[in-house]
Amino acid sequence: MATTSSMFMYHLTVQPPTAITRAILGQFSAGSKDQLLLTVSGSRLTLHRPDPGAGKIPAILSHDVFGIIRSISAFRLAGSGKDYILVGTDSGKITILEYLPEPQNRFNRIHLETYGKSGIRRVIPGEYLAADPKGRACMLASVEKNKLVYVLNRNAEAELTISSPLEAHKPQSLVFALIGLDVGYDNPIFASLEVDYTESDQDPSGQAYDDIEKQLVYYELDLGLNHVLRKWADTVDRTANMLFQVPGGTDGPSGVLVCSEDSITYRHHNQDAFRVPIPRRKGLTEDPNRRRYITAGVMHRMRGAFFFLLQSEDGDLFKVTIDMIMDDNQEPTGEVGRLKIKYFDTVPVASQLCILKSGYLFIASENGNHHFYQFEKLGDDDDELEFDSDSYPANPVVPYTPASFQPRASQNVTLVESINSMSPMVECKVLNLTNEDAPQIYSVCGTGATSSLKMLRHGLEVSEVVESELPNLPSAVWTTKLKRDDEYDSYIILSFTNGTLVLSIGETVEEVPDTGFLGPVATLAVQLLGEDSLAQVHPRGIRHILADGKINEWAVPQHRSIVAAATNDTQVVVALSSGELVYFEMDSDGSLQEYNERPSMRGTVTSLSLGPVAEGRQRSSFLAVGCDDSTVRILSLDPEETLASKSLQALTSAPSALLIMPMKDSSSGGSTLFLHIGLYSGVYLRTVVDEVTGELVDTRTRFLGPRPVKLSQVTVQGEAAVLALSSRPWLGYSEQQTKGFMLTPLNNPRLEWGWNFSSEQCREGMVGIQGQSLKIFSVENLSNNVLQESIPLQYTPRSFVRHPEQPLFYVIESENNVLAPATRARLLNDAPTNGHTPDLPPEHFGYPRGRNHWASSIQIVDPLDAKSVIHSIDLDNNEAAVSVAAVPFTSQDDEVFLLVGTGKDMITSPRSFSCGFIHVYRFHSDGKELEFIHKTQTDQPPLALLPFQGRVLASVGTDLYIFDLGMKQLLRKTKSQCAPQLITALQTQGSRIIVSDVSQSVTYVVYKYHENKLIPFADDSTARWTTAAAMVDYETVAGADKFGNLWMVRCTTKASEEADEEGAAHLLHERSYLHGTPNRLDLMTHFYTQDIPVSVQKTSLVAGGRELLLWGGLEGTIGIMVPFVSREDVDFFQQLETHLRAEDTPLAGRDHLMYRSYYAPVKSVIDGDLCERFMLLSNDKKHMIAGDMDRSVREVERKIQEARTKVAF
Amino acid sequence: MADKLRAQQQLEQLQARYVGTGHADTTKFEWTSNIQRDSYASYIGHPPLLHYMSIGMGEPKEKVRLRMIEKMIQPVGKPPEVQD
Repeated sequence: MATTSSMFMYHLTVQPPTAITRAILGQFSAGSKDQLLLTVSGSRLTLHRPDPGAGKIPAILSHDVFGIIRSISAFRLAGSGKDYILVGTDSGKITILEYLPEPQNRFNRIHLETYGKSGIRRVIPGEYLAADPKGRACMLASVEKNKLVYVLNRNAEAELTISSPLEAHKPQSLVFALIGLDVGYDNPIFASLEVDYTESDQDPSGQAYDDIEKQLVYYELDLGLNHVLRKWADTVDRTANMLFQVPGGTDGPSGVLVCSEDSITYRHHNQDAFRVPIPRRKGLTEDPNRRRYITAGVMHRMRGAFFFLLQSEDGDLFKVTIDMIMDDNQEPTGEVGRLKIKYFDTVPVASQLCILKSGYLFIASENGNHHFYQFEKLGDDDDELEFDSDSYPANPVVPYTPASFQPRASQNVTLVESINSMSPMVECKVLNLTNEDAPQIYSVCGTGATSSLKMLRHGLEVSEVVESELPNLPSAVWTTKLKRDDEYDSYIILSFTNGTLVLSIGETVEEVPDTGFLGPVATLAVQLLGEDSLAQVHPRGIRHILADGKINEWAVPQHRSIVAAATNDTQVVVALSSGELVYFEMDSDGSLQEYNERPSMRGTVTSLSLGPVAEGRQRSSFLAVGCDDSTVRILSLDPEETLASKSLQALTSAPSALLIMPMKDSSSGGSTLFLHIGLYSGVYLRTVVDEVTGELVDTRTRFLGPRPVKLSQVTVQGEAAVLALSSRPWLGYSEQQTKGFMLTPLNNPRLEWGWNFSSEQCREGMVGIQGQSLKIFSVENLSNNVLQESIPLQYTPRSFVRHPEQPLFYVIESENNVLAPATRARLLNDAPTNGHTPDLPPEHFGYPRGRNHWASSIQIVDPLDAKSVIHSIDLDNNEAAVSVAAVPFTSQDDEVFLLVGTGKDMITSPRSFSCGFIHVYRFHSDGKELEFIHKTQTDQPPLALLPFQGRVLASVGTDLYIFDLGMKQLLRKTKSQCAPQLITALQTQGSRIIVSDVSQSVTYVVYKYHENKLIPFADDSTARWTTAAAMVDYETVAGADKFGNLWMVRCTTKASEEADEEGAAHLLHERSYLHGTPNRLDLMTHFYTQDIPVSVQKTSLVAGGRELLLWGGLEGTIGIMVPFVSREDVDFFQQLETHLRAEDTPLAGRDHLMYRSYYAPVKSVIDGDLCERFMLLSNDKKHMIAGDMDRSVREVERKIQEARTKVAF
Repeated sequence: MADKLRAQQQLEQLQARYVGTGHADTTKFEWTSNIQRDSYASYIGHPPLLHYMSIGMGEPKEKVRLRMIEKMIQPVGKPPEVQD
């Protein structure tokens, strides 16, 4: 039973997937003409608001629908001002969403209609989704047979209505593409590319298969009769793969573009066919006979005209236009005259292209970073060769001369922004190379020439505005306005140990004399009081500088000095060295009046804070006093009970800083007064101040670093935030979507002091002291709290390994169907030397391709100092690297060698190769260079290498080998068959080896040294297509499979102990159980993640955090699994999960429990992503759920947040 | 007899609605074709799986997708000769 399992994990997404599979544009918010971009990554819908001015596309909303999103489309009802969103998922339901803009900022589900079973099945619609351009109907189709049409309409209340589905099924027909035709206001028509396999399934001669035709089929929805009929079907090119809508009605001829191998054809039922070839690249390294497919494209209309941008598989964009036949008056007749195509530019291969009305092109890259381009021109009047359909036959079987073009640097679009994407991630490792307090995540990702090694750290990006050196070491800095209604700050006040400097902020920053500030003393606080007077608090007194230059001075009593001060708009409190508090308040004529009592604190006051004066109030009613007896007291400042103690909190160390400030809060739904406490021990606390009683409740703690914490209030993105300085600067802010409190380090070295800063150039900045310099900086993006650094690599990375001592990485890279550098050079040399070939950087144009060729290399990357590749070795002979390991050999005095496994002439599907090799390299100059020693041939490519007891363990097919290092080659010591299918990875602890099989889960193998035998003793009962595995402890393995599951399996203690008993005889003679090993593994946890995990590692992620399992997914996801410590927490989260499943049902209608149990029932894992949705619920629902669980909302939120912040970010 | 007929009709109805529903005389060819077609449809339908394969093959996703639907036409080769 799951509830009594001894192990329970909490799963959280640290970074959501970054691969974009679908993207659409639309005016989703009512009443706004803004085009918004909606992207799909994994199970998430993310809405972006493109900002053409800044050239950025910030995300404004991200929603996890807990389902697989397969297709998405926008439509608009006639006369309506906004677009609705149609989503096709695996829920077997059609979902229609609308976006509700701020202040709600969420998706609202309008319709959810079931039409079939859930899951991704061959005949359940959802794979294809097309909407009528006029928003009157939509069609959902499956890959085979089924097609459903829904009629969309509106009722008398202008609400969207949906009909029951109309069927247009055709058994035994496969659909390749589906679009809605633009027919103006005629009956809606949907066009699909289909193949019927009925006959080929019956014909043993194979003739029917060879004669199969691909058909373009029109389905017409007769709105009058309310049924769908197959209106027209015609044969098109057998290789056709894509359809594009051609504008119809008044804008164009209607119809479709049918894209197929090497050609694009215009088709419509009442028009002739027109065909143009897809131009091929010219170049010495290009195969002139290679035909291209169109893999992505977009149609764009503007002012009555339209064009297509179609992208070939090389990334080349082609502009396709249609010429109409003109009548005598030069008016278009509606007859198509010709189709034209010409080269436009080259951009990365896209999974989706979007053209914005504002003149931008968004490219959701298939692999690597997404790009945001601006159009410079539309390629209208360049000298690029144009090919038109007049020169090419419309019939696909008639031969023609291919068209070709010369690729060139882009002329029509310029890159504005590149959006970081980790997809596809190939491997990731958590290491602490920089010796910071928290480790970093290193991952190799991308494909081809755009691949990279990325370093991820927790932090916010800081943009530096100014940094200037100061004459002395300052201790503090403030900024102030001169008048209450000033927009920007006017002065920067710097305090030194024995002096104060006032600088003015303007065009230049320079010193101002005669400000009224006392120069030769240190300053403790600066405050704008009332409308236009300034106060300077220094150790000997308070100086009140009035607007007319008049100065009022209050001096401290003799033999005492001021040790701490707190100020706000109308109040000043100072603490004297004697422990007395002196309280001043501004009266109606603008002068400071001292309160007649001076209450004495028990210890020395270390810090003070006054809350801000709320709008319409005269004073802040609370004063926080921190003393060196490790307490914080809240005193009342209400006139009835001035300086009366309201509450007290004991701390673990003396408070070094206090700050009372209101912040946005998810629990209350509005703004709440918080007391932030920084301790000398480096701990930071945040508690809620009850605005009536002054009680301190809900304390949350976080360790920031080993230095005392300083706090100040800053403004970031219009919201109050707290800057906490310890050994690193941290920013505490409300998360934009959930309003939950976030604390993130800034990407900045240690600051001594920080303060808010606002000027014309930098509206929301901060000023800080860093050593002896003054630094002005700002934080612009709060939505991304992971910092990325990227180092470009040559080819698709396959794996990487770290140097045993040095902070260096060895990345093996290989690229299929790409010419090796030697082949490229030979082609270039053999060619006649006349004519020049432009140098095409592979990062933009890709590598020259050649079927079954491999290009592969080993690259040494220095991620810290050089931040680049420092050495690379190309492999030749059509070998491609498949595995890498740094192995110490006992026989060589424990010298470490780099071993690289390669495969020769590999073909991925169906799998074949000529042989494999293991290359041995020696490290030179601290690992910065490699010397090739020798290579050893193996029967198959060695897919895994592992250092093992001073020798190397290599997997070759189903066999495990142990090799030792010899002079001429590796020496085989033992060999044993250890897995049923194909070994892909190895792990070890002691003499136990965990063998991952490509399709048969993991097998536990023990190595008997004396007998020199490898003996498998435990395997799994389920076939898991293992992609990653890691040993959690000696008995337990955490792994992941190709279908997106994370699981943990454990070997029974008995079997484990038996395997380690001396001797091998008892193991060798044990009876095999059901054709496997004698023992079976038990499944401990199981969880479906959607993304394919490619790495699993046991590590800790934050300073002082617990150990957890971190996994990295192919689509760029980074997730963690944290073990629960107490049974109470498990019960709490199980209860919460149950409530949330019922109260916050997934948006696309997929049942959450079913989704997480996609392939096998979820076991012993709590979905933290679902639990975190609690923050986004409405207040009523929060109270209801919390009430059911006998807790307060605040308590529930605290538990959810701590589950994340204690172990991760 | 009528019951048997109705059962037969119901089965036929099921077979028409749910592709792949077997019957007593399902041949190996039908069965394996059906499994293979289901598999290909699943590879296409799960975006990460398609991506995974396309990286392995060094081809764009769209080409891999097209190839898989093409394979669905005759996934396990020619049908066997019918023996009377």
